[in-house]
Amino acid sequence: MKHKKSPTDKDFTSRISRRALLLGSGQLGLAGVLGWRMHQLGVKQADQFRLLAEENRVNIRLQPPARGLIYDRSGNPLTLNRQVYTIEIVREQADDPEEVLRRLAQLIPLPDSQIQNVLAEMARRRAFVPVTVATGLEWEHIAAVSANSPVLPGITPQLGLNRQYPRGADFSHVVGYVGPVSDYDLSQTNDKDPLLLIPRFQIGKNGIEAKIEQTLRGKAGLKRIEVNSVGRVMRELDAQASTPGTNVQLTVDAELQRFALEKLQGQSAAAVVMDVNNGDILALASAPTFDPNKFVDGISVPDWNALNGNKYRPLANKTVQGTYPPGSTFKMVVGLAGLHFGLINERERVYCPGHMEISGRRFHCWRRGGHGNVNLREALRGSCDVYFYELALRIGIERISQVARTLGVGIRPDIPLPAVREGLAPTKDWKKRVKQEDWLIGDTANSGIGQGFVLASPIQLAIMTARLASGTQIEPRLVNMFDDKLEPVRGAEKLEFDPRHLDMVRAGMYDVTNHTRGTAYRSRLKDTVMAGKTGTTQVRAISKREREQGIIKNKDRKWEWRDHALFVGYAPFDNPRYSVAVIVEHGGGGSAAAAPIAKLVMEKAIELGQSGYGPLPSQKRNDLRLREEPT
Amino acid sequence: MTYLINSIQRVPQGFRKVLYFHWPLALLLTAVSSAGFLMLYSVSGGDFSRWAEPQLTRFVMGFILMIIVAFIPIKFWRNMSVAAYIGGVVLLVFVEMFGAVGMGAQRWIDLGFMRLQPSELMKVALVMILALYYDWLDEDQVSKPQWLIPPLFLTALPMALVLNQPDLGTAILLAGGAGVVMLLAGVSLWYFAAAGSSIIAMVGAILQSRGTEYQILKDYQYRRIETFLDPASDPLGAGYHITQSKIALGSGGFSGKGYMQGTQSRLNFLPEKHTDFIFTTLAEEFGFVGGITLLGLYILIIVCCFLTAVQNRNRYAALLTYGVAATFFFYFAVNMLMVMGMAPVVGVPLPLVSYGGSAMLVLLGAFGLVQSAHIHRAR
Repeated sequence: MKHKKSPTDKDFTSRISRRALLLGSGQLGLAGVLGWRMHQLGVKQADQFRLLAEENRVNIRLQPPARGLIYDRSGNPLTLNRQVYTIEIVREQADDPEEVLRRLAQLIPLPDSQIQNVLAEMARRRAFVPVTVATGLEWEHIAAVSANSPVLPGITPQLGLNRQYPRGADFSHVVGYVGPVSDYDLSQTNDKDPLLLIPRFQIGKNGIEAKIEQTLRGKAGLKRIEVNSVGRVMRELDAQASTPGTNVQLTVDAELQRFALEKLQGQSAAAVVMDVNNGDILALASAPTFDPNKFVDGISVPDWNALNGNKYRPLANKTVQGTYPPGSTFKMVVGLAGLHFGLINERERVYCPGHMEISGRRFHCWRRGGHGNVNLREALRGSCDVYFYELALRIGIERISQVARTLGVGIRPDIPLPAVREGLAPTKDWKKRVKQEDWLIGDTANSGIGQGFVLASPIQLAIMTARLASGTQIEPRLVNMFDDKLEPVRGAEKLEFDPRHLDMVRAGMYDVTNHTRGTAYRSRLKDTVMAGKTGTTQVRAISKREREQGIIKNKDRKWEWRDHALFVGYAPFDNPRYSVAVIVEHGGGGSAAAAPIAKLVMEKAIELGQSGYGPLPSQKRNDLRLREEPT
Repeated sequence: MTYLINSIQRVPQGFRKVLYFHWPLALLLTAVSSAGFLMLYSVSGGDFSRWAEPQLTRFVMGFILMIIVAFIPIKFWRNMSVAAYIGGVVLLVFVEMFGAVGMGAQRWIDLGFMRLQPSELMKVALVMILALYYDWLDEDQVSKPQWLIPPLFLTALPMALVLNQPDLGTAILLAGGAGVVMLLAGVSLWYFAAAGSSIIAMVGAILQSRGTEYQILKDYQYRRIETFLDPASDPLGAGYHITQSKIALGSGGFSGKGYMQGTQSRLNFLPEKHTDFIFTTLAEEFGFVGGITLLGLYILIIVCCFLTAVQNRNRYAALLTYGVAATFFFYFAVNMLMVMGMAPVVGVPLPLVSYGGSAMLVLLGAFGLVQSAHIHRAR
């Protein structure tokens, strides 16, 4: 080797060493940065990264609880948690999902549209997320699918619980129904329960199911599972069982409810039966009704449109959501107010010529010829309007409404149902506030016969009747027990009214059904004595033209313009047990349309009334079948 | 020993070479490689035959190669430099035309028993030929511009070939190794300053040109740069690797989760866990202590090389040793910067630890050259 400079040259070695020192310190500096970074990540921020690694690793799967069941007073189940077979598909396990679904369609009922839906949903979700293909399958289908599982990769049958309503349409308004949770539901609630985020998790949408949703729902169980980076389950870390929802026993009697609905059939009507002593709601029937089972998996559009477009409004629970002018059934309130405030006594008579002039306007009595001289009892019996015009004017609207509220009209009944209406016991302030008009003397007269602004729901009329019958401030009671916990009877205290005054009103009600000249004499009971009151409320005043054309009979008018028929009553008269309120929308006269139904329902209630409460909900625990773990 | 050393001639011959073999360096290399076997066994989930066994086989082969190379006089290797360089370039051109496509880039030649990556070979060959060049060149001439042209050409040719593959990581390592040899050969620091500032200016120009009609890089390349700068902006897409890698590193804490207990690697959250990202698993399972220990071993290897180079009065041998050491340094430094989220993911494995036959054999062969320079240095 020949070099222009010797390799041992001092200059060369010192320069190379100098440069090497420079390089070495540069490298050491970089190594220091590496060490510092390791320290930053692994020591300084270790906790934060440890948490992130744990979040990566652990997934929490919710175990849906079994929903609480609902029973009637005899222990008949009004809801069931039925085991259903569901078929799920996991995209990453199915080589060709479309082909697999096509093969599946030969084994189970699976329309093409559903295949398209499933394919679309799979495309939206990650490859390992199971997507429901079909629900509500029979065991034979599952058996067929299981037998062919080798050619159906990614398909797994699952066992789940589905709500079922064994009483069909009978309790669609009371019990309500559940349905798959929707985005709209989530936007409306501030319920943070993670169960709601499970796709198609069933929540109460109407009735008690909705009102006490959280009581019925139960608590989710948790399963912590370890997943890998694509989310596939590696192993289960720990699990915590779910807590089933609370079972609920209602005060309603399934048999009476069905009977009442049968009697209301074909009409847009409502009937309420209430125990006057403890407030138990025995029947809460609103007709027409609908099949709640159709809602469980989500109702089809044609079904929904049929329900929604029906002029009889089957979706509305008319017993609590429908408010009507109470008409003559309000006359007890006015009569009691008159006695209570000392503005009339039972003997005082008012002359009824068939109409009354009030501030220049003529107010008609329903009986064109008039009732002649009538006292309170006779006025109630014949439902004399003039008597109550006169009486209302003496009392004044404020005091009438005060008594109405004491009896429950205009006060929202405290029962666990959605959209319970308040009704209305009007006051001068109310009209000023809401209508921006002054109260007129004619408004008071109209209120005296339960027309005008007064509004009451059927349940309020039943409460009013129960309070008149029992003389207590009894409150309605729809739930008997939550599991083993008995719901208290509320409102057993005596009303502020003089018992003699109550007796005078009751005497009038007695005559309505038991005096030959009573408006509902034909609807009297055979074995026991029922007291009651009919009501016929005008939906639309008969115009002068119609009067001249002779169109004054209800059946000559359009259905929407016909009068509402009402009846309230209680029985037995001497030892009251049940109150009943019936309203038939646009049914015509109360005595012809409502009272006969009330009579039948009351007879049935008394016939059934011997039976007490059935087994406790807690003893029905075995009815709950726990959802099997999805694997 | 005194008698023994005194009795040895200036350049050891025959069996005496064994005494001058750099045993501490060999031990350090074995220690680092063992860390590799350990981690490969762990990331395979306890499957010895999957990665750890082939790696071990190649280590043994590489170690034998190192010993053979070590005992051949450095003069021979000096004379082989040109042949090695030409051979490397030819192989690079060959993979360019016939190479198999692996991971979307043409990088290796299938030799049957192993897959040869010419780019690995090139890293050593480039250092060899540059050391030869500066050994030959009169030292007064090194900073003359006309004498800068040959080394720059020698560097640019293989860089262009690997960039074409495309393999940015290897290109960076080639540039780093060449730069170090030139730096130590005495090329004026002003050239390095000028090169550094022009690189910065170029990067600036590239970033500025985005969205204009003169845009230099492709859109996806800009997205990669963005993801590097802010991995959180795309946590499930391109930033996923960096984010998960940092999580693994950080979650190890001070002393780690324990051997084979790393959830990030075991549950597949880590990308390329047996190759480029193996350090994250090490740091996850052995924590800060494990990471800093490996870093310490690497630094000791560099220190060993520097210590022998500084005493070597043969200019070729010294430059070669520094060059190999620097390439090795860039190897692990770029890899660690990358997995710790301080550099873009360019695809540089962790030397001797990451799974890979070519790198293992070439690195041990290169350390054979260092050993040869050490053994055959004049004493």
